[in-house]
Amino acid sequence: MLIKVRSASQASESEVTPRGLFLSRRSIMAGGAAALALGGTGVLSGPALAAPFQAPLTVSPKDPKMDAQTPMKSATSYNNFYEFGTDKTDPSENAGTLRTRPWEIAVDGDVGKPTTFGIEDLLAFPLEERVYRLRCVEGWSMVIPWVGFPLAELLKRVDPTGNAKYVAFQTLADRSQMPGLKYPVLQWPYVEGLRMDEAMHPLTLLAVGMYGETLPNQNGAPVRLVVPWKYGFKSIKSIVRITLTQDQPPTSWNRSQPREYGFYSNVNPEVDHPRWSQATERRVGEFSRRKTLPFNGYGEEVASLYAGMDLRKNY
Amino acid sequence: MAAAQKNVSKGPVAQALSSRWAKPAVFALGLLPLGWMVWLGLSGGLGAEPVAEAVRQSGLWALRLLLVALAVTPLRILTGLAGLARFRRMIGLFAFFYALLHVSVYVGVDQFFDWAAVWKDIVKRPYITVGMGAFVILTALAATSTNGMVRRLGGRRWKALHKAVFVAGAAGCVHYVMLVKGWQYPPFVYAAILLGLVALRYAKSPAAGRLSPSYRT
Repeated sequence: MLIKVRSASQASESEVTPRGLFLSRRSIMAGGAAALALGGTGVLSGPALAAPFQAPLTVSPKDPKMDAQTPMKSATSYNNFYEFGTDKTDPSENAGTLRTRPWEIAVDGDVGKPTTFGIEDLLAFPLEERVYRLRCVEGWSMVIPWVGFPLAELLKRVDPTGNAKYVAFQTLADRSQMPGLKYPVLQWPYVEGLRMDEAMHPLTLLAVGMYGETLPNQNGAPVRLVVPWKYGFKSIKSIVRITLTQDQPPTSWNRSQPREYGFYSNVNPEVDHPRWSQATERRVGEFSRRKTLPFNGYGEEVASLYAGMDLRKNY
Repeated sequence: MAAAQKNVSKGPVAQALSSRWAKPAVFALGLLPLGWMVWLGLSGGLGAEPVAEAVRQSGLWALRLLLVALAVTPLRILTGLAGLARFRRMIGLFAFFYALLHVSVYVGVDQFFDWAAVWKDIVKRPYITVGMGAFVILTALAATSTNGMVRRLGGRRWKALHKAVFVAGAAGCVHYVMLVKGWQYPPFVYAAILLGLVALRYAKSPAAGRLSPSYRT
């Protein structure tokens, strides 16, 4: 039994049992049915999911009553993915046209070993389940069990040079697959960025699945970023390119409305969006609003990244 | 009955408009969006965030019906169907009804009667300030919409007051334009329709001078 020091946002071991493991236990009781269901979920095979967690920082909400997982149906039918339309239900209705195989991510820029990773290469990383809160800049939130691996693991493979201070991400922009690109809602392709230390932080995840299954198209298949202490739009979907840079890269929402969306966009109840308050949020599926936590509740892990910074200025 | 017979010569549309079933029919139509929302709410059709969706739908219907109410007079002038005028007040009141629903769901459900938060929103958030402005105007117009109030205010003053409906319409459109993220076109469709309706009146009214009778209720 591994003895771990639990930080505030960590869960007990029982709370973080990956679905694969959970199902395989169940299958002992329920015969072959559950195992069969798991076999039908696609690329994420049982062994990959049932693999023991590699990273010691396996983060789940500390209080499962306060942070109950959002029903999968909600998390897959209430989405912001403007490449497929601006209504919340547009992505689930329109993202069927997205082709997630074959898929490649080109990783380049200030790296010693520029590499193109196929989706199969990404799925070969040791996958783990992370139950994270997701706080949208619009004032709603969810709790989602992601399946993925730390972005740091990918970045280590390409040997970042000393010049690499930032990481830029780019979403696919293909009009034949993404009907929303017809409209200039934002400048396409969607781009995002992180500071190098944010990108290397163990909480920062490259997700290839959720709820123990392959990532649905509307949630950013086949591979997306998850940065749980930042507003949801930082967690860029359907990534095709990752570039390490010396200068701070442009980010889509900042380019669209610089006064409203900063580069950092850390969840911060103290700093309102110019058009609405960020003090509270409604957890999807709940009736009343709840208080929004600084860094979305991950302050203990990430606040030190911003020591000495004025977070009102660097919103 | 005499009026109905007089209209027989004016064709089936005019006849239908003056039928005694016309007003109940328009009333039932005005309730359809509410029925639809209640049905969606009960069947889970409002989606993962039913509160946000109820706010959105009621706001959209308030704006839509306000535009329909504003279209009555231009439509009457263009078609020559004088019988349309008698539905205008009811449609306007339905616009107010959905605006009231919109504000009620926001205050009572979304903010759960947190008046301090609501007040902060109104003074701090321009899109809410503008939206509340529209609602205050619509409330004043609804309160003075009865025949008794027309008499009490006098036709001229009543007419001047009710011109504010255009301000409410414009504020409603601005509210919508201001609240969406990124560059989205639907709010501009509503604004364009409003502008078109205003332009129609200006194009017609000075020459024809036919606007004023419509303000007699």
